[in-house]
Amino acid sequence: MTDGPSPRTSRRARDRVEAVVLPVLGVAVTLAAFEVAPRIGLLPRSSFPPFSEIFATLTDLVTTAELWEAVLDTLDAWARALAIATLIGVPLGLAIGSNHIGALLSRLTIDFLRPIPSVALIPILVLVYGTRPSLKVTLAVFGATFPLLFQAMYGVADVDPVAKDTGRAFGMGWWARLRHIVLPSCAPYLATGLRISASVALILVVTGEYIVGVPGLGAEVLVAYSSGAFERMYALIVVAGLLGLLVNLGFHAVERRALSWHPSHRPDEGATA
Amino acid sequence: MTRSWIGRLVLLLVVPVALVALWWWTSAESGSVYYPPLSRIVEKLQEDWLFEQVGSDLVPSLGRFTAGYLIAALTGIALGTLIGLAPRVRRASQPVTEFLRSIPPPLLLPFVLVVVGLGNASKIVLIVLGSVWPVLLNTIDGVHGVDPETLDMARSFGIGRRMQLTRVILPAASPKIAVGMRTSLSVALILMVISEMQASTNGLGFQVLSAQRSFDTAGTYAGVIVIGVVGLVVNLGFLVAEGWIMRWHRGARGLLEDTQRGRRPARGPGARARDATTTPRDERRMVGTTGVME
Amino acid sequence: MTVLEIDGVSKTYGSGDDAFAAIAEVTLTTRPGEVLCIVGPSGCGKTTLLRCASGLMPPTAGSVRLDERAVTAPPRSMALVFQDYSRSLLPWMSIHDNVVLPLKAARVARGERERLASEALASVGLDPLGRRYPWQLSGGMQQRAAIARALAYQPEILLLDEPFASVDAQTRADLEDLLLEVWNRTGLTVLLVTHDIDEAVYLGSRIVVLSASPTRVKETIDVDLPRPRDQIGTKELPGFAHLRASVFASIKEESLRRPVDT
Repeated sequence: MTDGPSPRTSRRARDRVEAVVLPVLGVAVTLAAFEVAPRIGLLPRSSFPPFSEIFATLTDLVTTAELWEAVLDTLDAWARALAIATLIGVPLGLAIGSNHIGALLSRLTIDFLRPIPSVALIPILVLVYGTRPSLKVTLAVFGATFPLLFQAMYGVADVDPVAKDTGRAFGMGWWARLRHIVLPSCAPYLATGLRISASVALILVVTGEYIVGVPGLGAEVLVAYSSGAFERMYALIVVAGLLGLLVNLGFHAVERRALSWHPSHRPDEGATA
Repeated sequence: MTRSWIGRLVLLLVVPVALVALWWWTSAESGSVYYPPLSRIVEKLQEDWLFEQVGSDLVPSLGRFTAGYLIAALTGIALGTLIGLAPRVRRASQPVTEFLRSIPPPLLLPFVLVVVGLGNASKIVLIVLGSVWPVLLNTIDGVHGVDPETLDMARSFGIGRRMQLTRVILPAASPKIAVGMRTSLSVALILMVISEMQASTNGLGFQVLSAQRSFDTAGTYAGVIVIGVVGLVVNLGFLVAEGWIMRWHRGARGLLEDTQRGRRPARGPGARARDATTTPRDERRMVGTTGVME
Repeated sequence: MTVLEIDGVSKTYGSGDDAFAAIAEVTLTTRPGEVLCIVGPSGCGKTTLLRCASGLMPPTAGSVRLDERAVTAPPRSMALVFQDYSRSLLPWMSIHDNVVLPLKAARVARGERERLASEALASVGLDPLGRRYPWQLSGGMQQRAAIARALAYQPEILLLDEPFASVDAQTRADLEDLLLEVWNRTGLTVLLVTHDIDEAVYLGSRIVVLSASPTRVKETIDVDLPRPRDQIGTKELPGFAHLRASVFASIKEESLRRPVDT
């Protein structure tokens, strides 16, 4: 509305067209850039093939069982890590967040553990697990627990005291209050935590695979890299990126559903990444 | 017990002290290769990191980290501002930025190694490529989301484009930019460690991995502890700086309970109206919207 | 003396089937040095009209002129006070810096800037609080700061968009008197949009009643109450009650005319 007037042109109609055309244009320009840059020497052609060659490799790759096994390996560890992180992070966060003493007791420990870059644990995990899948699951659990823990803490601290009192006044036990008051009003926070944790877990699973060589998508990238199969390496990185995008968008949708009824929901919220 | 400061201090300290004590006690007689005595780890900490490897490993690590992080932050803010001010560019770039930031950052390492090479530059490039996204996306979001009424005010008083940018738009976007920078900090640290694990002859990541490869378990633990402390210090430093620079923001949100002058912050429709634009809840929910790796 | 002419201004959002006429056609002219109050049923496009009048938004048709010159952007001789002080005062600047910012943008020399700012702050009773941040002040104080910012800008015409809508009743009365006092002293032309009929009658020299959407000028009422006005005496006058009733009736008619769904 603050922009200039557009007599006779329907702003909304133009908006609708732009909403489709502009993203397509953006992708097209980017792909063209990745096609041209190696050809004109902006990127070294020997180590960065034009996009069309990467794409050709990618189309071959998706027909191989090898790729899908690696993807399954990765997703399996990711799902397990996310489940464990949820089982640890949410109850712990709810307990700490709803209890003044619990908050004090856990504060320093959490504040100390959280900033530790999770990948620093890799050498210790290698000592313990070697290249077994438990390594990447443990690594991912360490990283993915914190977002859920913190969101649960914030969520429970934000439960409307009136709602809690109402529950108590109607003689609801703690389990009923948890189920009908605390959990529903925390749901948006937990959904956000879940989305962040899901991304973190995927990143850390792939990291474990790539650094240590635990079977999975990351290890495939490592093998392709060390054998100099660069088209394959970039194709695999694209697959990992798409996987990440899928996880992100999927959990974003979940989050939006959890938010839709919540008072904090505002239509412009979708703007945040 | 939670009223007096002594009681609070005891509660704060009891778990960490108990955990360390438990570790010390259970590991004291440990013969396991994976679980060396804590006393041995402490000795190793002194031997290696006070201060033998500070100059040879810690300083190079921090140098790469600082260079990469600062370049990423500045690039992200500059680019994010440009994109945030141009709605069409924002729309066009959205799918691309969404995809690029979805690539697990460690997988950018092989790309950087083959394209840039093995030197210091490649580690800095990796840190930049991996940690620029949270700053970029949050800046775009913050700049794009400046309250239109605030901009109206600026226009109505004839405040020019440049002054609008420095005095109105960037400060208004700064809470989001800070959130992005906090997330980027964690990513940058992780990439520093990873790049040193795979392609380096010095640095924290290199030391901790080579200790593990030579089955120096106590040394491995000591290295991990050093990395943890670096993470802690860097994060604390950031929080202190952020708290100071953004003190108006905490105040505006009504979190600065009593100021030294003893007055209460404004409460009322106005205070609430502003809360609606950035509630603490939004703020918290924004944390790490862009792929944190804690 | 300054004259603002709003001539056949209309504003339509969208086009074709989506088109929505916020303002059908509004024509009005301020008299030099008067307080012109604009009232109308809620949702009648008062704010849209003010945004067009100030040059913040171009009208779809018609024109706005200030002293014979077309208004296409907010002119230097005009200052605005917005309804929501929490969004128009910048929370990262002290009150003083908020007041000074427009003067800096206008390249007023430093010494002059400081003089104007402290005068303006003094005139709204905020001189000891310049170092404070907006969020450290109450809502009424913040709106005083917004008024000080407008005064320091040295306008010839002041546009206010429901300036006292977000403060409590007592503060509102104080701010109304502050505005009258400032107006008396400076002889500014004031254009004030409000939904409060009492406020319009109490402050105004004339009242423009807008019709329900699509908005036109329904009626212009002269307020012949004596000045100086005060909150108790003026509001007890039979003339006040009479004016109030006729404005109310005029608006009520419009509210009833509006389609149910809006």
